[in-house]
Amino acid sequence: MTDVALQALTDRVRDARAARTPLCIRGAGSKDFYGEAPQGTLLDTRGLSGISSYEPTELVVTVRAGTPLAELEAALAGQGQCLPFDPPRFASGDGQGGTVGGMVAAGLAGPSRATVGGVRDYVLGASVLNGQAELLSFGGTVMKNVAGYDVSRLIVGSMGVLGLICEVSLKVLPQAPATQTLRFEMGETAALAQLNAWGGQPLPLSASAWWDGMLVLRLAGAGAAVAAAAQRLGGETIEPALAAAFWTGLRDHGDEFFVGAAKAVDGGATLWRLGLPSTAPPLGLSGQQMVEWGGAQRWLCSPMPAAKVREAAAAVGGHATLFRGLDKSAGVFAPLSAPLARIHRELKRAFDPDGIFNPGRLYPGLGS
Amino acid sequence: MNAPELPTAVPAAAERAARQRDVVAALQAVLPAHALLWHAEDTTPYECDGLTAYRERPLSVALPETEAQVAAVLKVCHALKVPVVARGAGTGLSGGALPHALGVTLSLAKFNKILGMDPASRTAVVQCGVRNLAISEAAAPHGLYYAPDPSSQIACTIGGNVAENSGGVHCLKYGLTLHNVLRVRGLTIEGEVVEFGSEALDVPGLDLLPIIVGSEGMLAVTTEVTVKLVPKPLLARCIMASFDDIRKAGDAVAAIIAAGIIPAGLELMDKPMTAAVEDFVHAGYDLKAEAILLCESDGTPEEVAEEIDRMLDVLAGAGAMRMEVSKDEAQRLKFWSGRKNAFPASGRISPDYMCMDSTIPRKKLADILLAIQDMERKYDLKCCNVFHAGDGNLHPLILFDANDPDQLHRCELFGADILETSVRMGGTVTGEHGVGVEKLGSMCVQFSPEEREQMFAVKRAFDPDGLLNPGKVIPTLQRCAEGGKMHVKKGLLPFPELERF
Repeated sequence: MTDVALQALTDRVRDARAARTPLCIRGAGSKDFYGEAPQGTLLDTRGLSGISSYEPTELVVTVRAGTPLAELEAALAGQGQCLPFDPPRFASGDGQGGTVGGMVAAGLAGPSRATVGGVRDYVLGASVLNGQAELLSFGGTVMKNVAGYDVSRLIVGSMGVLGLICEVSLKVLPQAPATQTLRFEMGETAALAQLNAWGGQPLPLSASAWWDGMLVLRLAGAGAAVAAAAQRLGGETIEPALAAAFWTGLRDHGDEFFVGAAKAVDGGATLWRLGLPSTAPPLGLSGQQMVEWGGAQRWLCSPMPAAKVREAAAAVGGHATLFRGLDKSAGVFAPLSAPLARIHRELKRAFDPDGIFNPGRLYPGLGS
Repeated sequence: MNAPELPTAVPAAAERAARQRDVVAALQAVLPAHALLWHAEDTTPYECDGLTAYRERPLSVALPETEAQVAAVLKVCHALKVPVVARGAGTGLSGGALPHALGVTLSLAKFNKILGMDPASRTAVVQCGVRNLAISEAAAPHGLYYAPDPSSQIACTIGGNVAENSGGVHCLKYGLTLHNVLRVRGLTIEGEVVEFGSEALDVPGLDLLPIIVGSEGMLAVTTEVTVKLVPKPLLARCIMASFDDIRKAGDAVAAIIAAGIIPAGLELMDKPMTAAVEDFVHAGYDLKAEAILLCESDGTPEEVAEEIDRMLDVLAGAGAMRMEVSKDEAQRLKFWSGRKNAFPASGRISPDYMCMDSTIPRKKLADILLAIQDMERKYDLKCCNVFHAGDGNLHPLILFDANDPDQLHRCELFGADILETSVRMGGTVTGEHGVGVEKLGSMCVQFSPEEREQMFAVKRAFDPDGLLNPGKVIPTLQRCAEGGKMHVKKGLLPFPELERF
């Protein structure tokens, strides 16, 4: 039986290659704002949809790229399981929210990233169409697999420049039996020191957020462990429904900080995502800041020039991504060292020799 | 295409000698005299790694002491188009560090310093030649440790762990090397310093760390690694459960996961393995059992108590005949001693053994064990089985005598049969030991010609001339054609509209 949806996408890629017309790969478009400007003829992945296989006792789900993320997470929740890395669900035009393919291509993870790992840590396998319209499968559906290069994880966060993601197999985990959210009044320096100190102790930490003198901490795990930790750490317990709404808002950028940031961006400011070593001291940059991931992710909404922000991040061993902004002329992603830039160019050519997938979406010069 | 290929013919002695003269002369210009070996008696110790069935003598062995010297060696090899095989402790089990007959073996043994240990960020910066266990020992005063614990952890180095994406018995809960490494510093074949990953949790651009980790030294040479350290659990307890039927034991593994439990360790030994290790370590294993499961819980005392109770319920429900919970740390280590000594115990009962490493979906555990029992009859060789059951990662140890060429041949066929059966069951030919040279033939079964060509293209993106560890990991079209192995077709799973759960 012909796989109509797959065949249609394969034909599109083959035709695009023959005609040398670049394609703009897109699911629901919930992350159109992210990365360099989308270019090329629209290639909608949503026809390639559905959960192909889900066996809760294997902790593995295989799902087609165009499947709405919300649909996948609902199916997992039905079995008491989840994608532990809290993938964000940004709004999309069709009201369905982002797709699984978009989640993998953007590689963005939510509040629990620092404690459980990111998208790539849960990708076990992937089938992709390369630039020659060949359907290739890497990795698999098992937990441990070192057969050949781990191409399935290389595509995580690649912004679609290497190939068209068709299907992915993801490791899933049981939902934590218990969670509790605590709130502490604390300055930035103290919060960073406290988060790193807690990180070195056997505590069931799940997520953290510091903003405007307030540290919010989520514990998750076995009931007994969460209760014992909450007792030890003190702080004020936030009522469960309120806490759940807070973490979801943070994940999807719907909470107060991000709503404020969106307004500031409309007024010409930039929302930066700083990836830093968790122990990096407060950077003291002007603007509003939200600290997540135990200090390893810091959102900065600021009118400062890009070069200053990038310099400050690099000085402490990190990097700054221009997450939202009207003016992206400084480049969305921090520039690469010479050897890494060369490897990027060569990998792009290895997967997509004719430069048809998402040209310039990751770096302006890459494959356009 | 300039696909790397293992030399099929032994080079002529005169040709080899001439090449060796040139290479040694060029390397002498960049290395101190004591850091370069080329006489046969000096290079013989490097002729194999942990897979002793395959041996080759390199043109020379370079033992640089500084990153600048490594860069210089690579520049020389790049200029002369000489293959380079990086080597750590040589404990690998798939021949990944097998020398190239016309190449240089780059020993990184002298890069054995821990450069930094930061309890605040819970990271350590270590040179590639630091032993896996040494990291945990150095971190212990801070209540931290490095989670991946391959059986060879006393000897194997972090550089080798990066090359193989090594696992261990705690992977299901704590992840593989990839999940516990933040940054890899290395050198390209051109001798340029390059860093993959960073001390932040992500990097701009493509995430190259997952393609470097597990690349078996074919993309770059690792010199330094930043590893993550995790807090030592306050307590760990282990259940030893015995089963009178392999299928019941396999079902017990699935039932534990289905109950929403992620054990810190979940290991299985079959009856022949249990007999071999009991004779060696006297841990009190149940010799009547067809299969023994070791099931570990770690965390806070409250957490462990809760989880052990749940595990006991599940195991009893799955039909365990006997269950014992470790009372203290000494008893827990005793339970593990047999599992950790499976390899030496096999060495005692057989002149040689070959260890396989395929992974299967957990639900196929009993099926593969029963298939292996059939293969024992088919190839007339004995096989002991230890499994990382929680991950579905098998380590069948095929017992044979290498002095008997027919036994070696049957053993190779037996091994290939296990790997190919694993692929047909939806698994992979290697879970944690790597492809090296040992599993090249089986890679033809797992990957299509297009997939293998894409991997060669990845290789060329890093190493256009194919000089880094050539001939390993990815078999050429020609090799697959000669082997006559059929590729098991994958593609997308059909009919996603059907409910399957």
